[in-house]
Amino acid sequence: MIAVLLILIPLLTGLAAFFFRNEKAARSWALFSSVLTLAVSILGLTVLKQAKYLSHQCEWMQGLGSSFSVGLDGMGQILCLLTAVSYPIIFLSTWHSNYKKANNFFALMLLAQAGLMGVFLAMDALLFYFFWELALIPVYFLCSQWGGERRIQVTFKFFIYTFVGSVLMLIGILFVYTHTADHSFAIGSFYKANLPLGSQHWLFWLFFVAFAIKMPIFPLHTWQPDAYEQSPTATTMVLSGIMVKMGVLGLLRWLLPVLPIASYSYGDTVSRLAIIGMIYASIIAIRQDDIKRLIAYSSIAHIGLMCLTIFSENKIGFQGVMVQMFNHGVNIIGLWIMVELIERQFGTRKMSELGGLAQKAPAMVIFFVIISLANIALPLTNAFVGEFLMFTGVFTSTVTKYNILFTVLAGLCIILAAVYTLNMIRKIFFGEANTLTATATDLRLNEKIALGAIVALIIWMGVYPKPMLDLTNEISDSILKITDVQHLLKK
Amino acid sequence: MNNVLHLAYLVPLFPLLGFLINGLGRKSMSKSLIGIVGSGAILASFIVSVWIFMQVKGGNTFTAEYFNFISADKLTIPFAFKIDQLSSLFLLIITGVGFLIHVYSTSYMHEEKREHFGRYFAYLNLFVFSMLLLVMGGNYVIMFIGWEGVGLCSYLLIGFWFKKPEYNKAANKAFIMNRIGDLAFLIAVFWLIWKTGSVSYDTILPAVKEGTSGLNNTDILVITLLLFVGATGKSAQIPLYTWLPDAMAGPTPVSALIHAATMVTAGIYMIVRSNVLYSLSPVTLNVIAIVGLATALLAATIALKQNDIKKVLAYSTVSQLGYMFLALGTGSYIAAVFHVMTHAFFKALLFLGSGSVIHAMGGEQDIRKMGGLAKYMKITNITFLIGCLAIAGIPGLSGFFSKDEILAGAFMKSPILYGIGLFTALLTAFYMFRLYATTFKGSFRGTHEQEHHLHESPAAITFPLIVLAILSIVGGYVGVPEFIMHGAHSLNDFLAPVIVSVDHGAAHAAGHLSHSEEWMLTGISTALIVIVVVFAWTRFSKKPDTAEPTGFGKILANKWYVDEFYDAAVVRPLNKLGDFLDNMLEKPVIDGLVNGVGKLVNYSSRQLRLLQSGQVGSYVLLMVISMLLIFALQFFLRK
Repeated sequence: MIAVLLILIPLLTGLAAFFFRNEKAARSWALFSSVLTLAVSILGLTVLKQAKYLSHQCEWMQGLGSSFSVGLDGMGQILCLLTAVSYPIIFLSTWHSNYKKANNFFALMLLAQAGLMGVFLAMDALLFYFFWELALIPVYFLCSQWGGERRIQVTFKFFIYTFVGSVLMLIGILFVYTHTADHSFAIGSFYKANLPLGSQHWLFWLFFVAFAIKMPIFPLHTWQPDAYEQSPTATTMVLSGIMVKMGVLGLLRWLLPVLPIASYSYGDTVSRLAIIGMIYASIIAIRQDDIKRLIAYSSIAHIGLMCLTIFSENKIGFQGVMVQMFNHGVNIIGLWIMVELIERQFGTRKMSELGGLAQKAPAMVIFFVIISLANIALPLTNAFVGEFLMFTGVFTSTVTKYNILFTVLAGLCIILAAVYTLNMIRKIFFGEANTLTATATDLRLNEKIALGAIVALIIWMGVYPKPMLDLTNEISDSILKITDVQHLLKK
Repeated sequence: MNNVLHLAYLVPLFPLLGFLINGLGRKSMSKSLIGIVGSGAILASFIVSVWIFMQVKGGNTFTAEYFNFISADKLTIPFAFKIDQLSSLFLLIITGVGFLIHVYSTSYMHEEKREHFGRYFAYLNLFVFSMLLLVMGGNYVIMFIGWEGVGLCSYLLIGFWFKKPEYNKAANKAFIMNRIGDLAFLIAVFWLIWKTGSVSYDTILPAVKEGTSGLNNTDILVITLLLFVGATGKSAQIPLYTWLPDAMAGPTPVSALIHAATMVTAGIYMIVRSNVLYSLSPVTLNVIAIVGLATALLAATIALKQNDIKKVLAYSTVSQLGYMFLALGTGSYIAAVFHVMTHAFFKALLFLGSGSVIHAMGGEQDIRKMGGLAKYMKITNITFLIGCLAIAGIPGLSGFFSKDEILAGAFMKSPILYGIGLFTALLTAFYMFRLYATTFKGSFRGTHEQEHHLHESPAAITFPLIVLAILSIVGGYVGVPEFIMHGAHSLNDFLAPVIVSVDHGAAHAAGHLSHSEEWMLTGISTALIVIVVVFAWTRFSKKPDTAEPTGFGKILANKWYVDEFYDAAVVRPLNKLGDFLDNMLEKPVIDGLVNGVGKLVNYSSRQLRLLQSGQVGSYVLLMVISMLLIFALQFFLRK
């Protein structure tokens, strides 16, 4: 019931939103819908957390062996909660943004939410693919209709990338399907699919490329800084905070368990790509002047660590990745709220044109500094818990013999992150105010509420992460059990 | 939790509350209220710390676990505080000196606007909170929370006057150089988890002692070296020391508390805490001794030619920290803690004294423009002199006892270490009295307007000076060496339970010095130091060192050009690499390839007239959407 509601509420309210004529009404409707979804998500974590409420299955395309099967495991809980928490924050923080045809904008935002929920909930491969596309298509329109100057070109690039990924994934899904014992798209059948060893290898790359584009992993990342830069901020928040997790979830739920042997044998290759990407993106981030691009590259580095950890294949790392998916989403949405505030006030995102904001906007600097500290994983912020566990996972990995080297190289990004993040704070907020920033005004109420919620989550998850970590326990065990390569190879 | 020491959480709780109250109320509270909250919080912590100290002295030690901080797979990291001899002593130093510096700040920072005054006290309380976590933490992760927390507060306070770009750059430099060390620290923690499955002292350290920890010699070597690299960042040792002199951009009381008395001694605390591990790794100990001594010497040479009163003290701090590492490296852990303590007293005193001087001089920090201040500022003069005598190691003052113990430990290890250590002590005596004489003796060299304003500072400033001066004198008597008075080294007896090497460590295997040898060593060093003090005093009182340095002096004045070297070797290449990657690889090659594919598809689609609009994008989009629609319809059409 919970699982179905999480998809249905945004889907139906989203479709309804198309028919609103009044911009303000559409905005309120969207906020109402997102709060409702959040309430349902919290219900699923507290009062109604028994298994019977969390999953649902009914017929869909039975002839094909596909059913409408959705369910919430620990990872799904976390990601659905992230989606559910993010949306009200996004709507609230962009409350004063004006959109042409606002009803369509909010409708598409909500449809994307429905698609995202579906991706996180789907326990059937075809359904997973269906929601994957459902989540992406509204985003194409959001970028191309409401984006910045270069939106057409950028959306096209984004589209080509993700389309290629989707097609590869669809081919992969169909191939695995033909090798399932009971000709079914159900996740359980996929896990048990009797795949010829030779085909595992090219299948691995089909799926990996599809997910890697979404995350993104070097060198498939170039759509991202452009897309983040050109999309309307609310969409950028969805893209970077939530949508990249589709790829991470894809790796954990679909790639590793379906293709355990290939995942094991290509683990080192993928890890190297991830590490190169982390360092590469961190170094490029240092030289960015546009705040949006800086954050985009910073995010590439952070996601790279998740990928590296996943291929270290151990429980502590999986648990780290799962909590970090939530934390990364919260933190980066916080950063985008800041960017939006700055851009709206001064009409620029170039740090070289800003400076001295701290004098005029003390509340803003406090929030910005706290969120930035979370971005560099300072202890007692949420990201420390995630990164600490992920690094521990990489370091204690038994599937690679380069565990120490990988940790040290990836660890360099801890230092580089401090370099670009602190420089960003310095260039925007410190020093003397210039003619542009002298007129700055501080936060408004809606922004304070949104940022307050983010800071509360940062500190809560940083000081007492136990509730979140408890959710990751069982699902990590079960993924690990299926991917136990040593066991498989013996067989 | 039936041990009364579980109440230890009160110690960090007060500063945390102070931080929250002052941080949130900085715009609405009056300055005096802010000052009372800020100082009162630390006083309350101090009182609890004294109580804890008495408990520990009575034989009660305890590890209090409050909740599970992180628990994943088989790893459990409790939020725990370890209260024993070592941490209780550090609690006294941190809250005691911390309280005095808070009181001092109420006057020193009084010209700041109210909200900035509140912000200052909030940061300072947050610092004390973090520092307390660092020393109280019952495992390496809680220590690391404090470890990065103090780094954050240091960053915030160095950049306190955020309008000045160079201050902000100094703040960034401090944080980033600390982060380099922090990475090594973290890797050491991962290594411990990898090999022992735990991060708690109570699990790891006794097991290491017993030899049941699962750590082999290589593990111990690597872990101790990595932790030491962490310490070089926090405690400003070669190669990561250059941030500390720049950190003087912060308000002077901050320099006294964070960049002299407490935070920078975190590395020493950490190594003493892990002394069981270090004692098993003679290689690491040798590395520490050499790095410590080299840092002590290098920083002392630089201090010879500095003219900014705070820069002299900063390099002196780096040098004294090097001394402490020399002590650690020679296995004299207690001597290192002893010097941490005495140094906290006399260096806090010297920094606060310099603040009093800067205050009176209207912000001037260049000692070439001072001179003859003794007659205008009697209390500052006398207390500053006591600080100089203490740091120089004049018998009877605290620095003498701790420094002597370090040198004796070095001599047992190797006469060469002793020789260089003694030479450094002589340099210390020289530059400190160059500083003292140039500032307080001779005639005033500033402007008439400055001279008109010269005055002794108010009681809130002189009171901490007097207390610290007294401590700088008497603080050494907790560690009177055996050869002077039998059984008078009460610090030794107190700390013995937490130090492994007192009975059977590698360092003491070389044997003890006889009493007559010790008398001789002490005699020689004292005589030489007194000569240097007298020489520097008389020389710089008459003729201050105001000429532009030339030759070797210029190299020293420019700090051996280490900053310039780092800039050329690391900072600029990194920036160039960033530009290269962005402009030469990212945009043209990686992105270009994709754009090229896009264009090609677009081009061929137009050529092949696949779609009349020529836009393959919309074609594909249409396809996907219709596919989705079919899927969705299927859902409703199912039987």
